[in-house]
Amino acid sequence: MTQFAETTEDFAEATESDSFLRDTVRVFCRNRMAVIGLVLVGVLVFVAIFIPLLSPHDPYRVAMDEQFLPPSTSYWLGTDNFGRDLLTRMLYGARISLIVGIVPSFISLIIGAVMGIVSGYFGGRIEFIIMRLADTMLAFPSLLLAMVVMYTLGANLFNIFIALSLVGWAGVALVVRSQTLVVKEKEFIEAARANGTSKATIMIRHIFPNVIPTLIVLFSLSIPEAIMWESSLSFLGVGVQPPEASWGLLVAKGKEYLFSAPLVAILPGVAILITVLAFNFVGDGLRDALDPYMKD
Amino acid sequence: MLIFVIKRIAVSIPVLIAITALLFIMLNVIPGDPIALMMKEHASAEVIDRVRAQMHLDDPLLTRYFRFLVAALQGDLGVSIKLNRDVTTLILNAFPNTLFLTVSAAIVSWVIGIPVGVLSAVRRGSILDHFFMGFSLLGVSMPIFWSALLMQYVFALKLKWLPVSGFYGFQYVIMPALVLGWSSAGVIARLTRSSLLEVMRHDYIRTARAKGLREILVIRRHALKNAFIPVVTIMAIQVATLLSGAVITEAIFGIPGVGRISVNAIQARDMPLLQGSVLFATALVILGNLVADILYAVLDPRIRHQMKGGSK
Repeated sequence: MTQFAETTEDFAEATESDSFLRDTVRVFCRNRMAVIGLVLVGVLVFVAIFIPLLSPHDPYRVAMDEQFLPPSTSYWLGTDNFGRDLLTRMLYGARISLIVGIVPSFISLIIGAVMGIVSGYFGGRIEFIIMRLADTMLAFPSLLLAMVVMYTLGANLFNIFIALSLVGWAGVALVVRSQTLVVKEKEFIEAARANGTSKATIMIRHIFPNVIPTLIVLFSLSIPEAIMWESSLSFLGVGVQPPEASWGLLVAKGKEYLFSAPLVAILPGVAILITVLAFNFVGDGLRDALDPYMKD
Repeated sequence: MLIFVIKRIAVSIPVLIAITALLFIMLNVIPGDPIALMMKEHASAEVIDRVRAQMHLDDPLLTRYFRFLVAALQGDLGVSIKLNRDVTTLILNAFPNTLFLTVSAAIVSWVIGIPVGVLSAVRRGSILDHFFMGFSLLGVSMPIFWSALLMQYVFALKLKWLPVSGFYGFQYVIMPALVLGWSSAGVIARLTRSSLLEVMRHDYIRTARAKGLREILVIRRHALKNAFIPVVTIMAIQVATLLSGAVITEAIFGIPGVGRISVNAIQARDMPLLQGSVLFATALVILGNLVADILYAVLDPRIRHQMKGGSK
């Protein structure tokens, strides 16, 4: 009996997820901006990985006699106040931005998903405690909370991961919890429970797969947010420290020469803008593709 | 209604207490001696010991927390290590500047965001809609510190229309308010648009159209009224984003507000000042959320009726 149920279930699941995937890809590809965003992200990832091979310049080498050179064939975007190639430094900055975009978003996604599913499924006192904790985290203005964490732990890249994960999980937990509340009432959960399936198995095997689409959307939209927070923290001097090349830091250092060499401050900002836009396009496209309410 | 308000206030008190606890723990578990760290080599061991004793830093954490909580409830947030002045006074002196900046920014965001959102929804799918939505995405995707620098470069350094920074009169607030407001205008526009589109799907809109009402009246009388409920509540929730943005805006434009106090406090490693300013900002956010919930209840008759039913 169980054998039979499992095979048909697997069969139905396989064909269903197949068509779900195909639908998702189809809707996503119809969104021109989303595809452009994805291509931009791809290029950025490629360049960030291979920059040491692509650029002939050292991002940390100081050459005071080559300060603020205008754009030329050897320095495509000119040099900064230490005579370093601006483009190379910006592309090294892309590494930091991508890592900061992805790692803390992923951590807060995992924490948020666990907290959300557990509180939604169990309800009662557990839900009350987790949700009040989430409320508390959400009441802090995010930037100030991240600043406090950086103050306590010290300003470096690893601590930015901690700060941003701490800022991000609560929002994820709220969304996942409300989804769990809906999924929990479905018949297949009741069936699983009637079967004697353990609570942990129900949460992992039956509820979790149903919140994955939401998690993907949340993840893709929290990447640009994390990139913005990191650049803001670094701009304020409590994030990535010199001589590392974070975009926020590049803008902060460049602003001292805003009048004489405006490009040094303005171009890293363009990099942030393009990256954040690209990720937002992808996120919007994914939401339209994965959200059943928006789908035709 | 009154019962609802009281209940709602009662719920925010534990959150506020949890925040004080969390903040206190985060700021007081710093590895190493905060006083020695702050004073570095400028002070002798005796001076450091004396300051430690003055600040009761040698007491157990829990004792210190309760002392902090009791004092905070009485409006006493301690003394700034760096400036040797009362933290509450410093914050209350700076707050009007932050309030002025954030309220102006909020007005900017509504004046841009609401009409843009309404027009996009009414002309859904048109070039105008795409243009506006692209425009608001741009607003959301621009880091505040960067748009601030661009404005400073164009309007202050090149055109010389406005002062670069400082806070000595109305013209000093124009750029900061535009920068900060523009960053939230995108959110407001997108929310207004989606909320209006959602409302337009309802039966009563079809009824209004069926009885021959002109489209503009359908939108003004029936749709907007309902679409604004979530928009008004987001306005109150804006407090959190505006305060985060104010930290950066105040730092760039040299506005002596609460945000700049917190940045300065971090740079000077002035723990009581940082603690006080973050607690103050967070209390404002909680107040904003409280207002949002109450407004929501006041504006939405469905919830109002539910509450009447519940309180009987």
